[in-house]
Amino acid sequence: MENRPLEYDYTVAKMFMLTTVVLGIVGMLVGVILAWEMAFPAVNTIAGEGLAEYTNFSRLRPLHTDAVIFGFTVSGIFATWYYVGQRVLKVSMAESKFLMFLGKLHFALYLLVVVAVVGSLLLGITTSKEYAEFEWPIDIAIVVVWVIWGLQIFGLIGIRREKSLYISIWYYIATFLGIAMLYLFNNMEIPTYFASGGIGAWYHSVSMYAGTNDALVEWWYGHNAVAFGFTVPIVAMIYYFLPKESGQAVYSYKLSLLAFWGLMFVYLWAGGHHLLFSTVPDWMQTMGSVFSIVLILPSWGSAINMLLTMKGEWQQVASSPLIKFMILASTFYMFSTLEGPIQAIKSVNALAHFTDWIVGHVHDGTLGWVAFMIMASLFHMAPRVFKREIYSKSLMNTQFWIQTLGVVLYFTSMWIAGITQGMMWRAHDEFGNLAYSFIDTVTVLHPYYTIRAVGGTLYLVGMFLFAYNMYKTMTSGRRVEESELQNASPMGA
Amino acid sequence: MFHWLEKNPFFFAVAVFVVIAFAGLIEILPNFAQASQPVVGTKPYSTLELAGRHVYIKNSCNACHSQLIRPFKSETDRYGHYSLSGEYAYDRPFLWGSKRTGPDLMRVGNYRTTDWHENHMKDPVAVVPGSIMPAYGWMFKNTADIDTAYAEQLTVMNVFAVPYNAEIPMADGSKATVALADTVEGARASALEEAKVIAADMKDQDVKDKIAAGEIPEIVAIIAYLNSLK
Repeated sequence: MENRPLEYDYTVAKMFMLTTVVLGIVGMLVGVILAWEMAFPAVNTIAGEGLAEYTNFSRLRPLHTDAVIFGFTVSGIFATWYYVGQRVLKVSMAESKFLMFLGKLHFALYLLVVVAVVGSLLLGITTSKEYAEFEWPIDIAIVVVWVIWGLQIFGLIGIRREKSLYISIWYYIATFLGIAMLYLFNNMEIPTYFASGGIGAWYHSVSMYAGTNDALVEWWYGHNAVAFGFTVPIVAMIYYFLPKESGQAVYSYKLSLLAFWGLMFVYLWAGGHHLLFSTVPDWMQTMGSVFSIVLILPSWGSAINMLLTMKGEWQQVASSPLIKFMILASTFYMFSTLEGPIQAIKSVNALAHFTDWIVGHVHDGTLGWVAFMIMASLFHMAPRVFKREIYSKSLMNTQFWIQTLGVVLYFTSMWIAGITQGMMWRAHDEFGNLAYSFIDTVTVLHPYYTIRAVGGTLYLVGMFLFAYNMYKTMTSGRRVEESELQNASPMGA
Repeated sequence: MFHWLEKNPFFFAVAVFVVIAFAGLIEILPNFAQASQPVVGTKPYSTLELAGRHVYIKNSCNACHSQLIRPFKSETDRYGHYSLSGEYAYDRPFLWGSKRTGPDLMRVGNYRTTDWHENHMKDPVAVVPGSIMPAYGWMFKNTADIDTAYAEQLTVMNVFAVPYNAEIPMADGSKATVALADTVEGARASALEEAKVIAADMKDQDVKDKIAAGEIPEIVAIIAYLNSLK
């Protein structure tokens, strides 16, 4: 009995795997609609004039960003936590009724918040702050969901058998703390209904901060929501799943230490690069710019650590689509964390800010790094969670190449679009007058917007392949025994 | 030390928190009092203008339009004087935006008229050939939420001492006052008066009928707001 392996309980992990897939498709579908609207404005009224209010670009845009951040990515973070947490702490959720209850409550409340967010954004109930659009009742619900997750994390840590916390756990703890701090401070707002003695809409609020201060807090949040939503937890995933899937030990413990504490310290300073040449004090802008460059070190530290973990085992990249996803993710992480600091250099930013180049940068990070890593994690989890072989390896390969092509089309077209637009905005003729009117800089982008929409559509097609493959794995993949589940995930043809 | 931290989750979490909170303390707090001072000539929004600002936010206009003019010749040539921090003293939330799919609107009130906005919101391509901005027909039908705007005015006046009903120094040395009604009925009445002035410059018969019936369509409120951006 003593040597019997632990039976991990993946009930909650499965629930969040489902929302990862569903909300991923929803969020990216909205994104694709937006992309086509920019290329062909007639798409704005695709559901008829009567529904134009709910299908037009501006109303859908926050829904896209929030669905992929708080729907797809955050679901992926929770799903992997409920899998990785148990395994590296060597404790099963089934061992504590309380933690199991918290996990299920966590999922139920999360679903409620998702419904509230989708409904309110479609109705135009928003605070306008990017990635913090929700009004105060939803903010409170989000804080509750987050606190429950925190209790779950520290509860599981409290009853752990493995005393030393594995690297992934560091990153999950940092995700929890970072988002908690940022979200609370950025969403400080006063409900006007209560402050005015019951006048107007009950859900409306006004920001505690005004103007430049509001911008500072918002981009301290916005930039670091990327840090603690799109970087830290995804690094947690790759530190667990890449060594597991490849059967290789993490290349260097010291490098992981340096990268972790470096990232924690440096990332928060860099938020100022969103506000270069704005009305925030100059020294803050310079700090934001300088620390963005420094940020390359800890970012590349993690990425290089992961690539070197594959030392001597590079043939796996060719043979396993799952390893392909992870290696490409980590490569895109390096690429994106080099591109970001370049855009944060003041003279480059003067050109790039407000253009599509920024949009391209966000998407090579999110599509190439975040989404690839989350999907790879779910692929690795599927055989262990469902006790079935991954349905189709060739479908995985197809998905990989379709989506890679999609990302490449996306960021290359946005580079050209952004730099073209930035150059045209600043161009002067021989007499010192502006060379182009604004509309000239819009119409010139049409081909690039079309290419981007094609790229996005390809990525979405890949998402459907992913969903189909996961569904078939769950329902009709070949059953596998525990003993078959060593390193490389079993895959059907 | 790191090995010890990795075995003591509580202290590990404390250490992480200290390291990540550090930058915020140094960078953000010191600027707070200073940056919230208005420059001469900056007035708080009237009830109708604020209701229009809410329409702007409701439709995420800030997803495509910035309100931040950077100190470059190409930007001041195109949009006017570069932005000053104090000009945003009454902007809650700030609406700088992060993407210019359309042009900056920081000083759009200086060079666009009510008539221009009316035609443009109805059919952007008719006014600016090649425009990719969608039409905002529903703004002509939906009614603006004056009550919520008034509730927000009361809130910012009471909590943040925004100077309603007080003399505000203007650039030419004169004084201006932005009146705030004592009751919500008073606020509705003064917003309607302001709306009538805007609607007089508009052509849409439905809008005129609505105003005559005492209702303010969203389009009138948002035009009042856009005209106030100077």
